[in-house]
Amino acid sequence: MTATETPINNGVNVEALLGAREAVTSAPDAAKFVWRARCEWQNGTHSNSTVEGFFGLGEEQAHRTRYSFDVDHPEVFASEDNGATPVEYVLVGLASCLTAGVAAVAQNREIQLRSVSATIEGDMDIRGILGADTDVRNGFSGIKVTYKIDADASPADIKALVAQSQKRSAVYDIITNPTDVRVEVS
Amino acid sequence: MRTTTVVIGAGHGGLAMSRCLSDRSIDHVVLERSQVANSWRTERWDSLRLLTPNWQCRLPGYAYEGNDPDGFMTMPEVVEFVTGYAKDIAAPVQTGTTVTSVRRTDGGYHVTTDHDEWQCPTVVLATGAFNVPRVPAYSEAVPEAVTTLTPMEYRNPDQLAEGGVLVVGASATGVQIAHEIQRSGRPVTVAVGEHVRGPRVYRGRDIHWWMEAAGVLDERYDEVDDIVRARHVPSMQLAGSPERATFDLNALTGLGVKLVGRLAGIRDGAAQFSGSLRNKCELADLKLDRLLDTVDAWATASGMDDATPPPHRFAPTAVSEPPTLDVDLASGAVQNIIWATGFRPDYSWLDVPVLDGKGMVRHDGGVVDSPGMYLIGAPFLRRRKSSFIDGARDDAQDLIVELTRFLDSQASPSRHDITGRWPRTAPQDLT
Repeated sequence: MTATETPINNGVNVEALLGAREAVTSAPDAAKFVWRARCEWQNGTHSNSTVEGFFGLGEEQAHRTRYSFDVDHPEVFASEDNGATPVEYVLVGLASCLTAGVAAVAQNREIQLRSVSATIEGDMDIRGILGADTDVRNGFSGIKVTYKIDADASPADIKALVAQSQKRSAVYDIITNPTDVRVEVS
Repeated sequence: MRTTTVVIGAGHGGLAMSRCLSDRSIDHVVLERSQVANSWRTERWDSLRLLTPNWQCRLPGYAYEGNDPDGFMTMPEVVEFVTGYAKDIAAPVQTGTTVTSVRRTDGGYHVTTDHDEWQCPTVVLATGAFNVPRVPAYSEAVPEAVTTLTPMEYRNPDQLAEGGVLVVGASATGVQIAHEIQRSGRPVTVAVGEHVRGPRVYRGRDIHWWMEAAGVLDERYDEVDDIVRARHVPSMQLAGSPERATFDLNALTGLGVKLVGRLAGIRDGAAQFSGSLRNKCELADLKLDRLLDTVDAWATASGMDDATPPPHRFAPTAVSEPPTLDVDLASGAVQNIIWATGFRPDYSWLDVPVLDGKGMVRHDGGVVDSPGMYLIGAPFLRRRKSSFIDGARDDAQDLIVELTRFLDSQASPSRHDITGRWPRTAPQDLT
């Protein structure tokens, strides 16, 4: 590759991320994060969730501001549709996580991105959640993500970007592997 | 007793160091818990052959001289090769001697064995990187009716119950065992995590020939982007077979083996497989293509293209639609599980604080983080081929330079000095 006039910039601070990796290797406790959300029932299937604080680097942290999410079911489910469905938030989480990964990996591999777009589809047989057929699972039977990427790289390198992004994605891992979930009433 | 160097372990790595120490007339002893080449004798399954070709079996001052350079040694042949080396170099091996402790002292190290004690300024850890099978903690949830074996316990399919077999892991060990068990008539499922795909033969030559020629095997530990990562890359899916067959996942599915994702856990008696199988296969396919790009570029630059079959690429790894995500272990579909989930070294006898949080020795290219201590035989110790016999050859020749420099800086009284005879140039390449 010849020397480029303009440095590659996808808006990702790779040096900071690599520095963080170095730091948490020597101090593993700093790597222990806790992510949180609060959820308040509104009415019917409508709820409002907020995220603001989280724990990491050994102390309480906070977002710049509180983020709020209205969650509901659509009118075909006899709901008021005050927001996206919970399963759509799962798709949003996966697509956003993979896309952030694509940008970070591209920056690290010195690939300039011009545009990245993804469509994501989750197949679901709602006989599961309706209890109509106990052989059908509640969740997605499969998820398909399709990327369209314009970048200064060969098709093979772009495929490798997307493959590497999956390898390092938290949400991809959460969805593809079982997680212990404990729900209590206090 | 006193000596200058205690080498712990009389496998090919320890013996390679012994030869290099003898070359420089450095007084030493090689302590071996059992007999020379013990792991090759006792910790391998029956059909295993070395996965590097015979011509690549080289140690300092020693090489394969048989009439089948492109073949692969059986385990008895490897044992013969390594014991032949020990004899050839007259290595001062003390067999049947188990090291129970290595401690740091003012003058170096104090090595305690079940027979005697040694005092020495330098120690070489050559006990190997694959002493103990790594078995995931959730293995405890496997129902008792299921037979489970580690690769060190596995000898041949006759040990297994009739019925299905789940092989967990798809590196060189997992794919070879899966292949042999499937051919024994038991239906095999392989749980596939991160893996490295490799064809045995490419463009008419062994993949190891290409990797050596193109410099891939000699890539140095201080030249790779991420050495921590490089040291954890699984072994390439290769086997040494007389047919020079390829043992990738497509070869396995061609025999009827079923692929599932990485075994993520066992819950309520069901084995749960990750939904990441496609990604793991695509990563391996892309990585193989990059390796072949490197090989092809080298072939062109070296003027080999006219005399060599043209470049080609292998079909992507076929993954069934949709992949299976769980198997009920109580259903009888799985009667046996093989944990081909890797190995770790055992340093329970090492009382010097050189282990990291994961129990691995902290070292810089085999120079351990404790003065006068050296390590040989670990993955990517100094170069990509470090875990192979041929890697021990080059690594030993590098490490003897480091060890000699250390002794020179110490001017140790325990050194049996014949300084004038020590070569001052880099060790000669013996190929």
